[in-house]
Amino acid sequence: MRAGGPRASGRAPAVELEHIGKKFGDVVALGDVSLAVEDGEFVCFLGPSGCGKTTLLRIVAGLETQNAGVVRMRGVDVSALPPSRRDYGIVFQSYALFPNLTAARNIAYGLETRGWDRARIDARVDELLELVHLAPHKQRFPSQLSGGEQQRVALARALAPSPSLLLLDEPLSALDARVRAALRQEIKAVQRRVGVTTVMVTHDQEEALAMADRIVVMNHGAVEQVGTPADVYMEPRSLFVARFVGQMNVLPGQADARAGWARVGAVALRHRGDRTMAPGTPVTLAIRPEEVRLGHAARGADNGVLARITAVQFLGAFTRLTLALPGVAAPLECDVAAGALGDAGVREGEELPLALPPAALRVFP
Amino acid sequence: MSPRAVRAADLPDRTIRRRRDAEAIVSAVLIAAFAAFLVLFVLYPMLTVLARSLQDGQGRFVGLANYARYFASPAIAASVTNSLAVAITTTVITVTLAFAYAYALTRTAMPWRGAFRLIALLPLFAPSLVQGIAFVYVFGNNGLLTRWTGVNVGIYGFKGIVAAETFYCFPHAMLLLVAALGAADARLYDAANALGASRVKRFVTVTLPGAKFGLMSACVVVFTTVITDFGIPKVIGGKYSVMATEIYNQVIGQQNFTMGATVSVVLLVPAALAMVVDRLVQRRQQALVAASSVPLRPARARLRDAALFAYTALVAAAILGIYLVVLVSSLVRRWPYDFTPTVKHYAFDTVGGSTAIVNSVQAAALAAVAGTVLAFAGAYLVEKRPSLMSGPLYALAVLPVSIPGMVLGLAYIFTFNAPGSPLNLLYGTLALLAISHLVHYFTVPFLTATTALKQMDRELEHVSASLGVPFYRTFWRITVPVALPSIVAISMYLFLNAMVTLSAAVFLVAPGTELAAVAVLLMDDAGDTAQAAAMSVLIIAVGLGVRLVYALVMRGVTRRTQAWTTAARG
Repeated sequence: MRAGGPRASGRAPAVELEHIGKKFGDVVALGDVSLAVEDGEFVCFLGPSGCGKTTLLRIVAGLETQNAGVVRMRGVDVSALPPSRRDYGIVFQSYALFPNLTAARNIAYGLETRGWDRARIDARVDELLELVHLAPHKQRFPSQLSGGEQQRVALARALAPSPSLLLLDEPLSALDARVRAALRQEIKAVQRRVGVTTVMVTHDQEEALAMADRIVVMNHGAVEQVGTPADVYMEPRSLFVARFVGQMNVLPGQADARAGWARVGAVALRHRGDRTMAPGTPVTLAIRPEEVRLGHAARGADNGVLARITAVQFLGAFTRLTLALPGVAAPLECDVAAGALGDAGVREGEELPLALPPAALRVFP
Repeated sequence: MSPRAVRAADLPDRTIRRRRDAEAIVSAVLIAAFAAFLVLFVLYPMLTVLARSLQDGQGRFVGLANYARYFASPAIAASVTNSLAVAITTTVITVTLAFAYAYALTRTAMPWRGAFRLIALLPLFAPSLVQGIAFVYVFGNNGLLTRWTGVNVGIYGFKGIVAAETFYCFPHAMLLLVAALGAADARLYDAANALGASRVKRFVTVTLPGAKFGLMSACVVVFTTVITDFGIPKVIGGKYSVMATEIYNQVIGQQNFTMGATVSVVLLVPAALAMVVDRLVQRRQQALVAASSVPLRPARARLRDAALFAYTALVAAAILGIYLVVLVSSLVRRWPYDFTPTVKHYAFDTVGGSTAIVNSVQAAALAAVAGTVLAFAGAYLVEKRPSLMSGPLYALAVLPVSIPGMVLGLAYIFTFNAPGSPLNLLYGTLALLAISHLVHYFTVPFLTATTALKQMDRELEHVSASLGVPFYRTFWRITVPVALPSIVAISMYLFLNAMVTLSAAVFLVAPGTELAAVAVLLMDDAGDTAQAAAMSVLIIAVGLGVRLVYALVMRGVTRRTQAWTTAARG
C-alpha cells in the first residue's frame, strides 16, 4: 500500500513511513502503515481512540520502537536513532512544561545545551514569545499561566531550536472549547509563518478539517484514507471515513436490478455508484444532512420522497430535522438554515417532501 | 482500499534495534550500578542466610534438619509462641489506645491538639530499648515505685515487653490513624445526620469503615515492629525469650550461627506476611479515596471533648513521664536512692566513651546522604528509564521493609565476615554500619521517591529528549528541584531512624565503631544504667535538634519553590 502523496520534485519527503508494524503483546497497534509527509506540509493523523494514531506519532518521535518497517526523515533512515538524534520538536496534550522554569527559561531550555551565547538565546526567546503573543508573560511560571498560554509556551519551546519537524500530540484536547478554537487558528498561523513540516494527532475531525493540508484517517491500526480535508469530507473512501468525518446519514438497502439504483425501505433511489451488483446485494447509502433538499428545492428533483418529521431541534444558526422515510427504520437527519423554510411545515408529525440528490448519495458495500 | 488485516503473528516479536549512544550507555551503567548495590547488599546477604540455615556447622548441606531441631527443642520453640503472644497483645492494646488518641486529635475541637500530637511523636526519637529501661527504672526490682510502695509487679517478662513496646509503637500507629481519620468526607456525616443516625450509629457505620484501612495498616506496622524488635525484650524480657533475642543468644551467646540463621528465616515469615497484607490493603485503599471529598470540620461537643481531653492528657503525661524518668535518672547521682544532681554520667568512662555518639551521628549522616542519593536516583532509574531491569530492581528495592534488622545484621556477618572474601574490607567499618542502616530503611524512601516521580508528567523526559538535552541534565535541572521537598523528607527519615536503630547494628559494631544505641544496650547490660540513660538523652537530643534543623530547611525549600507551586494567577 502506498498512500503517500505524489512526489513533486526529486527531494526526499520530510517524513517517510514504510510498512510500519507495531504490536503490544498480542495486540496489533499498527498493521502495515506506509505514508509520506512532504516538506512544509501540515498533516493530521485522525481517528478514534485506539486506532494507532498516537502510536504512529510516537514511532516517528522515537518514543516507541516499531516491530517492523522503516522511518525516514529527509531520506535518512532514523529507525535506530534515539529521540534526541531525530531533530523534531514536540507538543503534548499535557503541555509538559518544566514547572520550575519561567516561560522564557522553558523556551530557552533546548538552546542552552547547544552552546549558544546568552545574547543569542535571549534574542531567540524574545522572537518566539513575540510569535506566540506571550511577550508580557515572559517571567511567569507555568502555574501562573492559563492552559492556552501554557500550550503556546510549549509550542514556542518546541520551535525554538528550529527543528525540521513539529509533532503535535492532541495539543488542544485539554483545553475548553473557546480556547481550543482560538488556539487552533494560532497554531495554524504560526506553522504557516515558520513553514515547518507538521504532524498532528487528533481525534477531533473538525480540528483536522480546519487545520490540515492533508488528513490521514486511521482505524484499527490501518490507514483508511489519505487526502485533503475536502477530499476526505466529500469523497470518503469507506463507510468508516464517511461516518467518522462530519455528520452522515446512513441508510441500509439492497442493490436494485438497474445499475446505479438501490432500494431503501419502500423507495428506490438512484445513487452515484455505477458498478453493477447482483440484485439484493446489501449496500449502504450515505448522504450528509446539508445535502438533503427540502421543500421547494425538492420539487421535481430526482429521488423525491415524502418523509415524516419525527423531531425538530433548534440549534441557533440552523434547525436539525429528524425524518422518517417510508418503510425505513434508520432516521434521516437534515439541517435547514434558519428561515429557509419559514415556519410552515416544520412541525413534528408533519409530512415534508424532500429529495436526495443522486450525486450526493454515496454507496458503500 | 480495504487494508489487509495484520495479525500479531505476522509481526516480529523483537522491535527494531536501537543504536546505543552515549546517553544510553550512561543510563545502562547507572542501572547496572544500582543493580549491583541491591544484589550485593540485599539479595546476596539474604540468600546467604537462607543457605546457612540449610547447612550444619561445618557447611555441609543438611536440608531442613536445623528447622526440625529448632522446633524440637521446647525452650527455643517457645520463642515463637512468645513472640506471637507479645506481638498480638501489643497490637491490640496499641492500636486501641492510638485510635482514641488520633480520634481526639482529628475529630474534636479540644484545645492543645498540636502539642499533644508532638508529645506522642517523642518515642520516634529514642531507640526502642529506652522505653524498656524507663519501665525498669520505675517498676523494676530497684525501681522508683517498687521502692516507694514495696510492691514488685514483676515487670521482667511478658508484661514489661508489652508495656514498653506499646509506648515505642504508639507514634507509628497514631500517625497512620491520624492520616486515616483526617481524610474523612464530611458529606457522609451530613448524609448520616440527615437520615437521623445516632452518634453511636454514625461512629459504627461511617467513622470505623472510613478508618478501616488505616486500622489495618496500623495493626500490620505495630505487629511487625514488635515481632522484629530486639532492644526491649533484651532489657526487660528477663527469661522470657522471643525470636529476636533468641537470634542474639544463638549468635552472640553461643556462637551458633547456623541456628541463628534458622531462627532468622523463621522470623522472616510473619514479618514478610504482614508486609504482603499491608501492600494489598494499601492498593485497595487508593481506589477508595475519592478526589472530590469535602474535608470534615470537627464540631464542638462539650462532654465528648472533655472526656477525650482527659484521656489524651493522661497518655501524653505518661509518654512525657517516661522521658522525664530517663532524663532525671541521667542527672542524679544514683536513681532511685540518691537524687543529688550531677552530670558525671555524661563522662562515659566505661564502654567506648563518647565516641559512640559521634560515630552514631557520622553513620546516620552517611546513611542519610548516601541513602537519599541511592533511593532517589534508584527510583528515577526504575521509574523514568524503563528497561528490562525495572521490574526486578523494584522488587529488590521494596524487599528490605520485610527484613527484620536482626536478620539483616546476621546476613551482613555472613557476607562481610566470611573468611577469604574481598568483601571483608568493609567489615568493622563505619561505612558498613551506615550501609546497614540505609538498607534496613531503604523501602520507605524508595517508595516516597517513586511517588514523587510518578506525580511528574512523564512527557517532561520526552520533551527534553526532543530538545536534544541529555537525561542527566534534565534530572539535575528539573527533576531534583521539583522533588526537593520529598528529597529533604527522605534524608530526615533516614537520619532519624539511623540514629535509633539497634537490631542490625548490634551484630556489626566493632572496637572503634561503637554506636550510641548499642552503647546504651551494653551499658545497661554492664549495670551502668545511669550512663545508659545519659546516652539515651544524647540520642534524643541529637534527634530533636536535627528535626528542628530540618524544619528550618524545609521552610527555606518551601519559600524557594512556592513561586512555581502556587497556582496564583497574577
